[in-house]
Amino acid sequence: MSIKLRELIRNVRACKSSAEERKVIFKECALIRTSFKEKVDTGLRHRNVAKLLYIHMLGYPTHFGQMESLKLIASPKFIEKRIGYLALMLLLDETQEVLMLVTNCLKNDLKHKNPYIVGLALCSMGNISSADIARDLSNEVIRLFRSGNPYIKKKAALCAIRIVRKVPEMISDFIEPASSLLSTKQHCVLVSGIALIIEMLQLKKKTASKFRKLVPQLVRHLKNLLLAGYVSEFDVVGITDPFLQCKIIELLRLLGTGSSRASEEMSDILAQVSINTEPSKNPGNAILYECVQTIMAIDAEDGLRHLAINILGRFLLHRDNNIRYVALNTLCGVIHTDTSSIQRHKNHIVDCLKDPDVSIRRRALDLIYALVTKNNVSGLVRELVNYLSVTSGDEEFKRMLTDKIVLVTEKFTPSKLWHLNTLLSLVEIAGEVTRESVAANAVLVVGHNATLQPYAVHRMYSSLKKQVVPSEALRRLAIFLIGEYGNHLVSAEGTASANKNRNSESKQEKFVQKTPEEVIGTIKYIISRPTCTPKVKAYVLNALVKLSTRFSGASEQELIAGLIKKYTSSMSVELQQRSCEYTRLLELGNEAVKSKIVSTMPTPEKLIRQTEKKVGEDDDDDDDDDDDEDEDEDEDEDEDEDSEEEEQDTRSKRKHRSTKKPAKKTTPKIEQKAAAAAKPA
Amino acid sequence: MIHFFLLQNRQGQTRIAKWYSPFEHAEKKKLQAEVYRTLIQRPSKYTNFVEFRNYSVIYRRYKGVFFIICCDPSDNEMAMLEMIHLFVDTLNDYFVEVCELDLVFNFYKVFALLDEFILGGELQESSKRVILDRMALIGDFEKKSK
Repeated sequence: MSIKLRELIRNVRACKSSAEERKVIFKECALIRTSFKEKVDTGLRHRNVAKLLYIHMLGYPTHFGQMESLKLIASPKFIEKRIGYLALMLLLDETQEVLMLVTNCLKNDLKHKNPYIVGLALCSMGNISSADIARDLSNEVIRLFRSGNPYIKKKAALCAIRIVRKVPEMISDFIEPASSLLSTKQHCVLVSGIALIIEMLQLKKKTASKFRKLVPQLVRHLKNLLLAGYVSEFDVVGITDPFLQCKIIELLRLLGTGSSRASEEMSDILAQVSINTEPSKNPGNAILYECVQTIMAIDAEDGLRHLAINILGRFLLHRDNNIRYVALNTLCGVIHTDTSSIQRHKNHIVDCLKDPDVSIRRRALDLIYALVTKNNVSGLVRELVNYLSVTSGDEEFKRMLTDKIVLVTEKFTPSKLWHLNTLLSLVEIAGEVTRESVAANAVLVVGHNATLQPYAVHRMYSSLKKQVVPSEALRRLAIFLIGEYGNHLVSAEGTASANKNRNSESKQEKFVQKTPEEVIGTIKYIISRPTCTPKVKAYVLNALVKLSTRFSGASEQELIAGLIKKYTSSMSVELQQRSCEYTRLLELGNEAVKSKIVSTMPTPEKLIRQTEKKVGEDDDDDDDDDDDEDEDEDEDEDEDEDSEEEEQDTRSKRKHRSTKKPAKKTTPKIEQKAAAAAKPA
Repeated sequence: MIHFFLLQNRQGQTRIAKWYSPFEHAEKKKLQAEVYRTLIQRPSKYTNFVEFRNYSVIYRRYKGVFFIICCDPSDNEMAMLEMIHLFVDTLNDYFVEVCELDLVFNFYKVFALLDEFILGGELQESSKRVILDRMALIGDFEKKSK
């Protein structure tokens, strides 16, 4: 007892719970399955398959229906064929082997007298044919190009698109038929023919030379569309067939790139379209968008280019978000050729950066990055950093923004202080999303410029204290700087120098000289927080042992020694090892040796670029090996371990290296030790 | 080219799904869910274009149904928006004040209409009148052949 499709849908919709729905569906599936097994053709097969399609759309498995759809396609009745082809398109795709069985049916239907049946076959072929079917039936399709019926011609053209996509070798077979399609007046055939040519050009650029002779024809078609007046059939808010216009302009773009003669032929009509098209509604803007893209891609003269950029400028000011998005997108593409004219719109673009819509923000960011020059870098970066501090939530966008800011600062830096300031601000504001290289580069800049060292350490110290939950990057950077340059924190000259570099306009407070107890107290506080990771604790131990030489008082030495000793029994092997070795070092009492070990770190020469390299990929020998060599001759085994620790420390910070420096000469013993130390890192 | 065309309602149920590129069955389900999640969060004032994986998704909401086109990023987004509008217009004329229930009960007719409108991921016919005439002709032919 088979029910109508409508009944089934009504029953399913009436179900109150998904369990009930499953019951109804399974019952119906069982009925359908039994009816399929019957030998006698009840004439209800198409209804059953229609029900099966509905069940498939709800998401249930319906593989048993595939063979049935093939039977339906082979039937001579139109209504069965129709459902059969629909089922074919919904249930099957080109990856299934069952599709091969359809080839013969398709061939017969393509030769059918009835144009609707031919249409059905072409439709299915165009949507799901595989490469094999495409190869077998391409001749039929080419034959249908010459049919008198525009309905069939357009379907054949679109089918051909799929064929050339699947079997690019056949492109040459379709060049002549495609060109002949353009000599018609029928819009639908034109649209399909142009789509086919565009596809061929995109797959095989060399065909452009064969199609360039069509440019005058295309220009004529476009002109007719512009001057057509009101044609009710194709009219969309006063514009005649915007789809066809867009397609023609797109094809002109592909034909005009690289050919000055073709570009010349089309400049007039492009100018006409740009000026006459109504920009107040969406179809008009779609055409203008296409036009602008074409003008920027071909060898257009300056007047035309200026026209295009003006249009884009108008787009940027539009209220409609879609149009602004599209303008930003296009400007990104043309920024390299016309930078100066786009600079005028810089302010609008920066405003777009603050738009609540994330799509617009991303486009604006890309564009700003491309716009930055030596002159406007400080202003733009200040805007970007300000924006970074107010943006929240979108993690990925924050990361992209920080990456871009870092890239820009590396390219154009007016002064070292500014560079340092920017990097430090990045770590303070967005430490969670900054890469390792940001902190590492900050250390590098500080290392190279002794005058900036007090400023850096004071600033990081204040940030560390001020922030409630400082990010990991901030903690590590601050602790490293405190360890290296802690003497500046507690000296008067250091504080004065820091205050000199302080930007008096910004809201930074004046730096105050600290006492050693204060500094050690801060460090103790950091290490005791539950949010402190083992890595940060390792940094802290390093900093403490360095401070033992920077701070001279006896009470501080006791405090430091006490703090370090606490970790001799830590569960982390790393911390335990460091703690034991540093304690031993402090107990040794040999001041000369100690000061040499924990002296200021040598800085690498080059900035670390943001690359995709992972940890351990580039284990270069670097500058430290030289120092190790010197120290090795003087000291015994223990100290060697310490220097390895320092080296390990720097290795863990210098994860990315874009340049391979030639390996400095090292003794084999050092290299072995370096390899051994680097392995656990 | 258009990779897929979806009609989803506000609750995330896909009413019509037409795929022009091959995807695994499981992947299709995942895509539908992901697209729904991305779109439902966006307020109406935002752009109608979203960057989704390495495709471009263009959508518009008409009376509680999202019309979604997923295409290559190099396609003209605004022309796609116009396509959606033309499709909705045609549906409206065909079903006379179309509503979501029409899409559910007459899904095979919607598919037939879509097949007259887009083929192989490209626009086939830009004239509403031609599409409707064709649908009427095919309907008559079907009745006669019964």
